[in-house]
Amino acid sequence: MASIRLENVWKTYPNGHVAARGVELSIADGEFMVLVGPSGCGKSTALRMMAGLETPTQGKVMIGERDVTEVPPQERDVAMVFQSYALYPHMTVRDNLAFGLRMRGAVPATISQRVDAAAKALGLERVLDRKPGQLSGGQRQRVALGRAIVREPMVFLFDEPLSNLDAKLRLETRAELARLHRRLAATMVYVTHDQEEALTLGSRVAVMSEGRVEQVGPPLEVYRRPATIFVATFVGSPAMNLLPAELVPAAPLPGSAKASGTTMGVRPHDLAVTSPGSGEVDALVDVVEPRGSELLLYLRLGASGDGPELRVITPPDLEVAPDQVVGLRFDRARLHFFDRESGRRVERPGTAP
Amino acid sequence: MRSQGRWATLVMAALVLGAAFPFFRAIAGSLTPEAQLFEGAPLWPSPAVLEHYRALFAERAFWLPIRNSLIVAGSTTLFCVTIGSLCAYALARLRFRGKTLLLGVILAVSMFPQIAIVSPLFLLLRSVRLINTYPGLVLPYLTFAMPLAVWLLVGYFRQLPAELEEAAMVDGASRLRAFREVIVPLALPGLAATAILTFVYSWNEFLFALSFTLGPERQTVPVAIALFRGQYQVPWGQVLAAAIVATAPVALLVLAFQRRIVQGLTAGAVKG
Repeated sequence: MASIRLENVWKTYPNGHVAARGVELSIADGEFMVLVGPSGCGKSTALRMMAGLETPTQGKVMIGERDVTEVPPQERDVAMVFQSYALYPHMTVRDNLAFGLRMRGAVPATISQRVDAAAKALGLERVLDRKPGQLSGGQRQRVALGRAIVREPMVFLFDEPLSNLDAKLRLETRAELARLHRRLAATMVYVTHDQEEALTLGSRVAVMSEGRVEQVGPPLEVYRRPATIFVATFVGSPAMNLLPAELVPAAPLPGSAKASGTTMGVRPHDLAVTSPGSGEVDALVDVVEPRGSELLLYLRLGASGDGPELRVITPPDLEVAPDQVVGLRFDRARLHFFDRESGRRVERPGTAP
Repeated sequence: MRSQGRWATLVMAALVLGAAFPFFRAIAGSLTPEAQLFEGAPLWPSPAVLEHYRALFAERAFWLPIRNSLIVAGSTTLFCVTIGSLCAYALARLRFRGKTLLLGVILAVSMFPQIAIVSPLFLLLRSVRLINTYPGLVLPYLTFAMPLAVWLLVGYFRQLPAELEEAAMVDGASRLRAFREVIVPLALPGLAATAILTFVYSWNEFLFALSFTLGPERQTVPVAIALFRGQYQVPWGQVLAAAIVATAPVALLVLAFQRRIVQGLTAGAVKG
């Protein structure tokens, strides 16, 4: 059993910075939970509190049924992969991998057997006797990963482990992590600021902002039904368009909401370009960005182009040029409405979960 | 550019010559027969004689102050580096109340002029019966060497990434174990520099050694050399020979660890 629970966790640093404001988070055994948010949102602090590297100012941290709030890291059965990898520079790869087992008093036979197995699984056999300084970035990353794996811990914690890799290696390692999770079936908590990484890796995603958890749910759920304006704009790329609802007279407002107090959100993929006058609104094309498989248009609402900016994704073969007026059609089933004051989602009747 | 380089070399050579000349004269003087020393001594004596060195060890039992110096400087260095590094690690890494104040006090302690505390220290050491003992020298030396060591090492530890010991602790090491297995090996250049500075300081110290020892059985090298002078004459040849014997080990030590010392002293100034 290695579920993790943060119960009303607060963290105030001595310099007055509040990194966690009543974080509530429950991670099930074997789950791949991704904490995602912009830098400074408290996601790393939350992870470090699970590791025991930070002690909450208030609240409880539970691993399994054990209250570990005050337990130092070496007495929790967790492994962590750091953003900088934090490999011990004076030890060989073999000693780096063996360190955790040695500290926990494993017998030499077990150590060498597990180190060899991990090195084989990660393709590190040829570099076992090198020092970290002689390795490439990708190899260092795998050593950091291997150091966590050999321990066979109850919980894996990842602090932006892919952010120092180049794009290609990042994609490969991402897939490798997903395979690793399937193979080990261990509880994994993963911190990233990259929403795409969060959506692709997580069995569930927790979106954080300013020390609070904004929404927790499966990636598609978070993408399709963002609970707040923050989540709506943070998750998904390009970001969701937000409009004051009164600018779109045809918008199918939720029953109780008034147009004047409501923000309407629509993803760039859920807008279709038509001929002027034939859609719900007209808009003026500002910039056209071909992206290979699709076209990204920047538009301004209104035929004269004096409204707010909108982003639209269209098929790549659409004939469109800057300063052209086009019509826009909304996918009515995929509109989002938020209360302008609280920022919370307003549910349309009949679509509530 | 080229002439600039030549000038720099020239100035450097002059500086080195100026600094090394007295040392050279001391070596030459220690090999010159006593009779020639004050009659326009030649730049290099011929024949060179070892009589002063022989006298040093045969008549003066100079090995005794050397032994004393080694024991005192050695144990001061040992305590200073072990206690000082633990202390510095705590100051560099742990969060606790009054840390800045503590660092300030440590620095202030090292600022006291030595002469001001000789008499009170003497009374103190006498009342605990430590006059003319090794601890009677090591303890006062520690009060001066430790602040320097702590300051050097705090700077050194601070520039080591904290994630390394965090990784070690998550890996299952206690804080002390992480310190021993990860921090100490990485801080070796800094520790070596600190050790050598402490050793040289304790090896050269004169005022305390003179005040807190009573006889040759506990006198250190600087004190022993100072007391060579008799009532009517100063045996300069032997003084010079003794100076060479006292300087050589320290100079060799520094030469051997030169690169490490420079690394240690400039640590944190630039990354890399």
